[in-house]
Amino acid sequence: MAAPIRRRSLWAEGALLLLIGLFCVFPFYWMVTTSLKTQVVALESPPVWWFTPTLANYWEVLFVDKVGPALINSIIVAVCTTALAVGLGTPAAYALARFEFPGKRDLWFWFITNRFVSPVVLAFPVFLIARQTGLRDTQIALILMYLTFTLPIVIWICTDQFRSIPRELDEAAMLEGASQWRIFRSICLPLAMPGVAVSSILSFIFSWNELLFAYILAPKAAKTAPAMAVTFMEGYDVPYGKIMATSTLIVVPVLIFALLASKHLVRGLTMGAVK
Amino acid sequence: MTFRVPRRTVAAFLGPAVAALALVGIAPLLYAVWKSLHYFNLTKLAQQRFVGLDNYAAVLTDPVFWQAMGRTALLFAIAVPIQIGLGLVIALVLHRPGLTFWKTLTRLSLVLPMATTYAVVGLLAQVMLNQKYGVINQMLGWIGIEAINFIGDPTNAFIAVVLWDIWQWTPFVALVLLAGLSTVPPEIEEAAKLETKSNWTVLRHVQLPFLVPSLVAVLILRTADTLKLFDMPFTMTRGGPGSATEFIAVLIERVGNRQFEIGMAAAQSIIMLAITIVLARLYIRFFYREVR
Repeated sequence: MAAPIRRRSLWAEGALLLLIGLFCVFPFYWMVTTSLKTQVVALESPPVWWFTPTLANYWEVLFVDKVGPALINSIIVAVCTTALAVGLGTPAAYALARFEFPGKRDLWFWFITNRFVSPVVLAFPVFLIARQTGLRDTQIALILMYLTFTLPIVIWICTDQFRSIPRELDEAAMLEGASQWRIFRSICLPLAMPGVAVSSILSFIFSWNELLFAYILAPKAAKTAPAMAVTFMEGYDVPYGKIMATSTLIVVPVLIFALLASKHLVRGLTMGAVK
Repeated sequence: MTFRVPRRTVAAFLGPAVAALALVGIAPLLYAVWKSLHYFNLTKLAQQRFVGLDNYAAVLTDPVFWQAMGRTALLFAIAVPIQIGLGLVIALVLHRPGLTFWKTLTRLSLVLPMATTYAVVGLLAQVMLNQKYGVINQMLGWIGIEAINFIGDPTNAFIAVVLWDIWQWTPFVALVLLAGLSTVPPEIEEAAKLETKSNWTVLRHVQLPFLVPSLVAVLILRTADTLKLFDMPFTMTRGGPGSATEFIAVLIERVGNRQFEIGMAAAQSIIMLAITIVLARLYIRFFYREVR
């Protein structure tokens, strides 16, 4: 008797899983299909599900509407800020994991608190400073400001990673007369590479997605792709296909990275509140 | 067991990161505090002057500011309980044994919404919720509901933001709670399941105590993120129609960036930051005392 009930509940469970999956994925399906529609097809009412796809929107946004350069800006900013965050953050993470010093807890707390500061608090003062120093509308301004969230992520995840490396390795190297820097550089850092990789992916995702700093600090030359997508909405004739083509170009790389780091994404978003 | 090392070594390892974060995180904050004590409008630079706490007095008595705060609180009060409820259901389903492959697949699809560029989420809402060309209204039509003007009507626009927030963050809450469920020692869970047939009893008395840290994390992070919420409503409605979806971060952006009142925007953002910190501390104190 138990078997049919078990089977029926299994079907119900499967249906529920399918529903959850569709709920998450459907908007992406609609984004991609709309990006393959011409404006005429996109403006059919009710919307059509079957049509002849075209890549014209991609061609147009990439080469006519300057989404291409914006994507390149996004890549430059995200890669540079991630590299900088790893360069600055891994030694700091090593120190937090290995050394004992006064004020350690406060320092730790301060690093994590950055997760709570809204970019809108920093955007205007930075805008004024950037205007005076000539950094406005440069990639440097964005690369530096993105450190406010990339650096804490790298520090948090890498500290955890360094703690998991057995101390005996450090002690053995110390007996051989290696300096702390040498131990960090040649022994611990190579072993911490998984953490470095995960935190790099997460900082890339968060930098790539950022809009507010980009919108306020980089209006033209250094404009990033999300800020570019927003400008399409200005004006009366809303080009649906082109907006969705731009959106697809922005979102696809992040989604690939997100799937690669899927186990750690929640960890990154919670800044370690959840393992 | 940590190493005692000379101060110089500690400084060499930590110095660069601390200096960088102070430069980009603290210096602008101090500058914002300084500017918030001034009348400072980008288009009227000649009139710049020190006004003490006048901006703060103006903000604290400004109904527009408190309406935006209220709207932000309302969004939180509606969306977060739904996210926790749905998230808990999803987490419990995924936590059950069996159908491993399909569950892995579902878990992967849950990762997608929260990683999606927030600005794109707002654009997607524009496209999918359009009254005439939107697929959501088409689907509502299938079940006999007439097309709704989501973006153009103040109440509906607010509802649309709530729905979209639920879409993007329910998966996040589900995954956090799922991680919480996996902290329940399996032998305790199995013993409980032998004792009672009721899933509710197991949830209430065995699993829930282990979920408290995850729930606190969800509350703190969702509070911080709702106060930060800018990209999605901005790309979807620009805070409109009227001010129906002008949440606190959108308001500050409008005052600073579109009205050029940077002194006023600085005062608003400092007050918002203070509220964020107070709320985070309250949660930690209130909920963690309950656990102990």
